[in-house]
Amino acid sequence: MDIFLIGLIAATLRVATPLLLGTLGELFAERAGILNLGIEGTMFFGAFVGFVVGGATGSLWLGVVAAIVAGILSGLLMALLSVQLGVNQHVSGLGITLLLVGLSLFGFRLVYGEPRVPPAIEPFGRLSPFGQTPILGPLFDQYALTYIAFALVPVVWWLLYRTSFGLQIRAVGENPEAADAAGVNVFLTRYLALVVAGGLMGAAGAFLSLAQLGAFTYGIIAGRGWVCIALVIFGNWDPVRVLWGALLFGGVFALQLRLQITGLQLPYETFLALPYLVTILALAIAGRNAAYPAALLKPYKRE
Amino acid sequence: MHAIQMRGITKRFGPVVANDHINFDLEQGEIHALLGENGAGKTTLMRILYGLYHADEGEIRVDGEVVHIASPKDAIRLGIGMVTQHFALVPTLSVAENVVLGYTDGFRVEPQAAQQRVAEAAARFGIEVDPAALVRHLSVGERQRVEILKALYRNARILILDEPTAVLVPQEVEVLFETLERLRQGGLSVIFISHKLYEVMTVCDRITVLRDGRVVGTVDKEATSQAELARMMVGRETFGVTRQDGRPQGPVLLRIENLSALDQKGLPALKEVTLEVRAGEILGVAGVSGNGQTELSHVLAGTLKPTEGRVLVGNEDLTGADPARISAAGVGRIPEDRHEGVIGELSVAENLALEYLDEFVKGGRLDHRRIRQHAERLIAEYQIKASPTDRTRTLSGGNMQKVILARALSRNPRVVIASQPTRGLDVGATEYVRSKLLEQRDRGAAVLLLSEDLDEVLALSDRIAVIYEGRIVDVLPASEADVEQLGLMMSGAREGTSARV
Amino acid sequence: MLGFKIERAAAPIWMRSLIPVIAILVTFILTATLVIMAGANPLEAYRYFLIAPLSSQVSALEVLVKSTPLLLTGASVAFAFAAGYWNIGSEGQLYAGAIAAAWLGIILEGVPSVVAIPLMLVGGFAAGVLWALPPALLKVKLAVDEVVTTLLLNSVILFIVSALLNGPWRDPVSGWPQSPEIAASTVFPRLIPRSRLHLGFIVALLTIAALWFILSRTALGLKMRAAGLGQEAARFAGVNVENTILTAALVSGGIAGLAGVGEVAGIHFHLIEAISPGYGYTGIIIATLGGLHAVGVGLAAIFIGLIDTGAQTVSRALGVPVYLGDVVQATLLLVTLGLFILQNYRIKRA
Repeated sequence: MDIFLIGLIAATLRVATPLLLGTLGELFAERAGILNLGIEGTMFFGAFVGFVVGGATGSLWLGVVAAIVAGILSGLLMALLSVQLGVNQHVSGLGITLLLVGLSLFGFRLVYGEPRVPPAIEPFGRLSPFGQTPILGPLFDQYALTYIAFALVPVVWWLLYRTSFGLQIRAVGENPEAADAAGVNVFLTRYLALVVAGGLMGAAGAFLSLAQLGAFTYGIIAGRGWVCIALVIFGNWDPVRVLWGALLFGGVFALQLRLQITGLQLPYETFLALPYLVTILALAIAGRNAAYPAALLKPYKRE
Repeated sequence: MHAIQMRGITKRFGPVVANDHINFDLEQGEIHALLGENGAGKTTLMRILYGLYHADEGEIRVDGEVVHIASPKDAIRLGIGMVTQHFALVPTLSVAENVVLGYTDGFRVEPQAAQQRVAEAAARFGIEVDPAALVRHLSVGERQRVEILKALYRNARILILDEPTAVLVPQEVEVLFETLERLRQGGLSVIFISHKLYEVMTVCDRITVLRDGRVVGTVDKEATSQAELARMMVGRETFGVTRQDGRPQGPVLLRIENLSALDQKGLPALKEVTLEVRAGEILGVAGVSGNGQTELSHVLAGTLKPTEGRVLVGNEDLTGADPARISAAGVGRIPEDRHEGVIGELSVAENLALEYLDEFVKGGRLDHRRIRQHAERLIAEYQIKASPTDRTRTLSGGNMQKVILARALSRNPRVVIASQPTRGLDVGATEYVRSKLLEQRDRGAAVLLLSEDLDEVLALSDRIAVIYEGRIVDVLPASEADVEQLGLMMSGAREGTSARV
Repeated sequence: MLGFKIERAAAPIWMRSLIPVIAILVTFILTATLVIMAGANPLEAYRYFLIAPLSSQVSALEVLVKSTPLLLTGASVAFAFAAGYWNIGSEGQLYAGAIAAAWLGIILEGVPSVVAIPLMLVGGFAAGVLWALPPALLKVKLAVDEVVTTLLLNSVILFIVSALLNGPWRDPVSGWPQSPEIAASTVFPRLIPRSRLHLGFIVALLTIAALWFILSRTALGLKMRAAGLGQEAARFAGVNVENTILTAALVSGGIAGLAGVGEVAGIHFHLIEAISPGYGYTGIIIATLGGLHAVGVGLAAIFIGLIDTGAQTVSRALGVPVYLGDVVQATLLLVTLGLFILQNYRIKRA
C-alpha cells in the first residue's frame, strides 16, 4: 500500500471519530423516537466545556468527562422539553443548539476575553501500538478517543439488540403505546436514551477541542452535528451502517484535505463542500426507503 | 371468590362522564362479558383497571385487597393482562421480543433464549405462534394470539379482551373461543368486551351491560336472552334500518374495471376488482378489516394511484385522477378515518369550504363572508352542533362525521363513496348517517358502502359484494344474502358461485 | 370504539397575553446567573438591555435597524412552517440573497436607482428561491427530510461565500475577504437622516403585511395551513399538497433572500462572510414566539431586535459578553415553548 493511501485511511479514521460519536448518540435518541437537533449545540458545548476544564485542571481526561457531563445536561434539557412537556422536537432541539452555542461563546468571552489567537492547549497524544511497523504503524497512530469511538460501535449494537434497555428503546421509538401497555416506562426510557445520546455528543465535541485541534474556535463544529443527523438517516438507524456512513464522510473529507495539497485549480472550499453535497446525494438516493422510527417526532402522552 | 371488584368507579373527560359510579365484579374462573354500544364506557372502565387511565373516584380490589393501579406495570404485577382492540405490538420487533418486552429478567436479552422461552410458554398455553417471526409479517389473528400469549407470559390470572372478534373472521372467532374456554378451565378469569349479543351468549358466563357510562345490570347467561340484552343495551327493542330490495334502478354511474392497487408496503392489496353501482342503489362491500377496503376507498377518493384497471363515473374516466378532479366530477367521499377528512386545527367553516375553495375566491382573496354563510347553511341543514368558527377538533365524533357528510353530500353528488361511515359513532349519530345515505340513494345517487359492520351492510344495501384478500368473491342481491354464507365468504372459505357482476 | 377526546379548551385571552410577560420574566431570572458571573448587577444589566435602547431616538432607530433582517427571516420561517415545511435554511437563503445583491450591486453600476433597487430586490428574492429549490424538490419528489438538507446547505453556501471572497471577489483595494463596494445607485436610501434605518425596513414591513394577507386572506394561505396542519386530510379535500408545500418553501427562501439584500444594500455595501450572525436561525425563534402569525412575528422580531441592540449596550457599559443576547433569546424561546404546553397541561387537569 502506498503512503498516500495509508495516510488517507488514517486521516479518515481521525475525521470520522467525532462524527461517529455524535451519530451514535443521535442514533440512540432517534431510535427512542426523539429527533435531537440540539446535537450541533451539544457538540459545541462539549468542545467548550472539555477545553476549559481540560485547560484549567491540566487533565485532558477530566476535560472529556466534563464534556460528557455537559452533554448529559443538554440531553436532560431536551428530555424535559420533548419528553416531559411534549414540545415540538424541531423547535426545541434548535432552541437548545442556539442556547448552548450562545452559552459557550458567552463563557469563552468570560474566561478568555477576546484573544487575537485562539487559546491552545497541549492536546492528547496518539497511541501507536504498532510503532514504526510499516502499514500498521501509521494506520494505528490514533488518539485514544478514536479507538474508543470505533469500539463503541459493537457496544452500541449490543446495547440496542441484545439488552432489555435496547429492546425498550426500540419499542418506544416504534410504538410507545405498545411499550407502555407492556409495562415499559416510556418516559424513563426516552430520558435515558437522551442522556446517553447527550453524553456521546459531548464527547464528540471534546474530541475536536482536546485531541484533533487542541484549541477552541468559533467554527469548531461547523455543521458536523447536522452531518450526524444526515448520517443517521443514511445509516438507516443501524449502528453498523452508521459506521460506514461516518467512514464515507470522513473519507471524502480526508480526501479533500489531500486534494487541496496537490494543488488542483479549484478553490479549496469546493472540497470542503464536497462531503456535504455527497451526503445530500446519499439522502436523495435513500429517499423514500428511509425507514424512520415510526414514533419519531411524536410526543407520547397518556390519557 | 372475587378476582376483581370495582366499586363506584367514575371517570370524567372534561364535561363528559365516561364512567358514572360503576360497580363491577369478576369471579375467579369465569368469562364475564362487558356489553354495551360504542361509547357506553366499556373500554374506559377496562383502561382504568389496566392502569392506562386513572379513575376520578372509586375503589378497585384484586383478590379482596384494595389496590392502586397507577400504570400497566402495576396491573401486570397484580396478574392483570389486557389485549386492546388496536394491538399493542411493535411491528418491527419479533414475536419473542414483543412477548418479553417490559418483562425481561436481567439486562441481557439473547434472541435465541427469548425465543425458546416464548416457544415453551406458547406450548404450555396451547397457543400457536412462531416466536422468531416479525410481528409486521403476521396476520391479524396471529397478532391477537401474540397479545394473549404476552399477557399469559406475564402470569396474568385475569385477562381483559377488548372487542377481540372485531377484526376476526367467524372461523378465527371459533378458534379464539376454544382457546378461551381451555384457559378458563385452567383457572383464568376473562373480561370480554363486546357489543355483539350472539358472541356474548356463546362464550360468557355472566354479562354486565353498560349504557351511557352506567351499569344497567349484571345477568347470568342462563337467565337471559338476546332480546333482553339488546333492550338493556340500547334502551329499546329494535334498532337499525329495515332492509329493502327490488327497488327500481337507473343507469350505471360508477364502473370499476379490473382495478388493482398496492398497499403502503408495496404489496398487492387490490386484485382485479370489478364492480358496478347503479343510480338509486347502495352496493355494500362486506369484508373483514384489512382485505383491501382501505385501498379501494383510497383509489376511489384519489389518494392512491391504481396499478391497473379503470374507474369511470358516468362516462368520465377518472382512473388515477387526483381528489380535486374526482370531487369536481360529482363524487362525494366519506373517508374511512374521520381525521383523514377534516383538519382538527382548522375551523368548521374552513373545513367545509376546503374542497370547493375556488368557489370562495373573489378577486384573488378568500371571501370570508361567503365561507361563513356556506357553513351556517350546512350546519343548520345537517344539524351539526358547532359554530362556524369552532376548531373542528373540539367537535364530538358524531358532529365531526356530520361535517364530512355535509361537505360530501351537500352538492348532490352522482356517486357517493362511504367508507366505514359509522365507525365509532354512538347510536344516534349512526342512525343519522345511515338515513343520510338512504336519502342519497333515494335521490338517485349511486352509493358504494364499504363497511366492516355486517349488520350495517345488510341493513342498507340493495346488493352486497364480499371482498377477501383484495378480490371480490361474489356479488349478490341483499335479499339472497344470509349471515352465515357471507361470513364464510368473508373468511375466504368459499369462492363465489353466482355470476360476477 | 369511541375513545374520549381530551378537551384542551383554549385558554382565556387574558391568560394568553400574559404568557409572553411571564416568559420574559422567567427568562431574565434564569439568565441573571450569567450576568452575575460576568460581575454585573442583573437589574442594572436589564435596564441597559431593555430600556436604554429605547431611551434615545438614535438607539431606538438602531433597534429597528436590527429588526429589519429579523422581520424578514421571521416571516420566511413562519411562511414555511405554516405549510408544515421545516425550512431551517433561511440562513443559507439569506446568504444567497446577499451574494446576488453583491453581484448585482456591481453590474448595475450606472443604472438609475429607480430601476436598480427593484432589480436588487427581485434578484435577491430569486437567489433565495433558487437556494431553497433543491431541498424543496427533494422533499416533494423524493420525500427527503428537508430539515437535514436545508441545514447541510447552510454550511455549503458559507463555503461558496468563502470561495468567492477569497477568490474572484476579494477586494482589490484592501485585500480583505470582502466583495467590492456596490454602486451608489444600488444602495438602499436612508429613511431617516443620520440613522442607519434603510429602505429594507419598509420592505420588511410590507413583507409582514403580505404574510398576513396571504395566510389569512387567500386560498393559497388556507391551502398552506391545511397542508401544514393535516396533510392527509388536505390531500383528501383536493388540495395539491405537493405544489402548496413547494410554493411555501420557495417563497420562504425568497423572503430570506430579501433579508440578505437588505444587509448588503442597506448596511454593509459589500458581501462579507459574517454578514449574518445567525439571522436565519433567529428567524426560527421569532416565528415560533410569534405563533406563526404575521402580527406576532412582527412584534417578536422587534423584541428580538431590542435584545440584540441591548446586548451590545450591556456589553459596552458593563463588560458583559455580547453573547448574553443569544442566550437570552434562546432561553426565551425554550421558556415560551414550555409555558405554552404547561398551560394546556393545567387546563387538561382542571
